Formats: sequence, structure tokens, C-alpha cells
Amino acid sequence: MTINELQALLQAKNQTPDVDAGREVACGYTCDLLSWVMAHGEPDMAWVTVQTHMNVVAVAVLADMACVVLPEGIEMEQEGLDKATAEGLAVLSSPLSAYEICGRMAAQGIPPRA
Amino acid sequence: MEGLIHQEYPVEKGDYTSAGQASADMKRRLRQLGVSANVMRRVAVASYEVELNLVIHSLGGKLVFDVDSEGVSLISKDRGPGIPDIELAMKEGYSTADDEARSLGFGAGMGLPNMKRNADGFRIESEVGVGTTIEMRFLLS
Repeated sequence: MTINELQALLQAKNQTPDVDAGREVACGYTCDLLSWVMAHGEPDMAWVTVQTHMNVVAVAVLADMACVVLPEGIEMEQEGLDKATAEGLAVLSSPLSAYEICGRMAAQGIPPRA
Repeated sequence: MEGLIHQEYPVEKGDYTSAGQASADMKRRLRQLGVSANVMRRVAVASYEVELNLVIHSLGGKLVFDVDSEGVSLISKDRGPGIPDIELAMKEGYSTADDEARSLGFGAGMGLPNMKRNADGFRIESEVGVGTTIEMRFLLS
């Protein structure tokens, strides 16, 4: 599934319109502890988190993730979005809860690991 | 052995805004050298963990990054406060991170074990009141 398709699936707003949304999402994950994510993040992952600070972008980029998905209408601030755009990381903001987001991704066959 | 890259990065205590910049620069340099995705990713994870450890736990320090024809060396040296019980600090889930670090999602007690897991060689030395040195080695093949 591409980031574009994921955006539609999650009724999300793409906060990084200049990033390539045709990139494939290989797997999904949710966690708000960044050091935990560092241990379990994988390339091309869609990571669901309520954290929105700059370090989220750093962790996602270092792990070569495809996108960050923010649940419940949470949005990332411009500083983080600028960094994400510069690094080619997509940021989606969905009105759904993290539980619903993961449920939809799993139902569409996005696996926990690539 | 020919040194391809030698770079030092100062890292300051509590500087969460710049945290990750040194790791990102190392990753960029490895990509330019054409290092494999697997090695690049392991170095990226370990370097970010050690960079964050300096921000969260140390009084400040530096990262020394070297690449030669056989591998990548990463050394973290800080100015204290030192780790009283290294064995305990190496345990997954044990953390002394403060509330600020935890509010940002750090302090899960995964940093040191995660570095060890991702590196091919890992050594830590610490003296209370003096500082901590962590040496990691990643083989290119």
C-alpha cells in the first residue's frame, strides 16, 4: 500500500504534501516510547504515535520509515514538518484513534514486520 | 588501514532540539560512501541512542566517528557524572532518565542494550565523578 492509499484509508490529512506519497508502506507499528521504537523500527514502516516533537522525525528517518501517522487529529508543528519534508518523511494526521488506525491497517494486510 | 572519515561531534546536556543531528550526519556520510543499508541502519540506531544518552544523562561530551576500509568506529566520551553500576544500566527497562526525557518518550531503559545489540563490538567504561566512555565497532562486511 502506498502512503497515498494509506492516507485515504485513514481519512488522514497529509501534512507533508511535498514528500513522495507514492512510496510503499511495508509494515505498521504503534508506540510512544521513542527508545522502544528505536529498537523495533523498520524500513518503510508506518509508525503511529501521539508524540509530535522533533525527535520523532529523527527516529523515523534514522530507521528509514515511510511515514509517521498521528492519531485523533493531532498535528505536527511546522518546525518538525519542515525537517520531515527535508528528509523525505511523510506525516499523516488522522481523526481516528491509534486503535482504529492499527485495526484498519491490519485489516488491509499491512504486516507488523516487513 | 586507511581512514576514510574522521569526524567529532560535540553533544550538550539537555539539548533535545539538536539531538539526532550528529547521527543524521553520520548516516549521510555512510550513504555517500555506499555502505550497505544494514550496516548504515545499525550505525544509525546505535549512534542515535548514544547521542541521546549524552543529551539525557551526561554533563556533556562528544562523539568520535571514524570509518576505515573494514568498518565504522564510534566512540562516546562524556564529562560525567559516571555510571555507578554498569551491569544494572545495561539491563533492559532500567533507566534513570528524568521527567523531561520521559515526557518526550525517552527513558525506556533500552538505550545501552540497543547499542550493544546493533554493534559488532561494544565496550563501556565508567568512573563516577569522571565520566563514561562507550566504544562501538561495526564491520562493513
